[in-house]
Amino acid sequence: MSITVKFFARLREQVGKGDASLESASNVQAAWDQATNGMAMPSNTLCAVNMEYVDTQASVKEGDEVAFFPPVTGGSHAQ
Amino acid sequence: MPSEIRTAAFDPWQETQQYQQAHLTDGKYGATASFVGTMRDFNQGDDVSSMTLEHYPGMTESYLDKICDEAKQRWDLSDCLIVHRVGEIFPNDPIVLTVVWSAHRKASFEACRYLMEELKTRAPFWKKEGLSKGHRWVDKNTPG
Repeated sequence: MSITVKFFARLREQVGKGDASLESASNVQAAWDQATNGMAMPSNTLCAVNMEYVDTQASVKEGDEVAFFPPVTGGSHAQ
Repeated sequence: MPSEIRTAAFDPWQETQQYQQAHLTDGKYGATASFVGTMRDFNQGDDVSSMTLEHYPGMTESYLDKICDEAKQRWDLSDCLIVHRVGEIFPNDPIVLTVVWSAHRKASFEACRYLMEELKTRAPFWKKEGLSKGHRWVDKNTPG
């Protein structure tokens, strides 16, 4: 078992990959730091663990899926 | 399920009619409110020729269903439906459809607005516009 990390949209392009696999990470921030080799996290980044929104201090355990993405822009064609 | 992700063009009026025939009981609702969001060919002063909609498979569906459930708890609704496109789309293509059926108009009007506003802030979708000078991520949604 390991931790799966996913990046979406602009963040995927900035990080340079769509997913990563980690052996362990204590929390969401630590998962980001490891998966991005210490890149600074943009301030508006949204985080999810197992497809539920969480903050960067939320804990992570083996088998979890951690996702990072920019503010969402679904729905009708907005600005 | 009350929400669906589509990878190909859809006809919002046909979707509404089909869902209604399959899931609603004639005579049991008196109001149907719907919203259709379509793609414009302009944004922020630029011509936009195409748009790519990305989503987070699994989480997106889960949040759309969650938003429908919340609307059903807040208002007395007969049913509701959300259909959302992903993939490459072009001007005038429908992006999103929200429909709410209820006994009276107040609940369906209000719940239809709720579905749209909530999905725009919580459902993980992202838009990338195709311009003559390249591509541009859409950074934020405008207030409704």
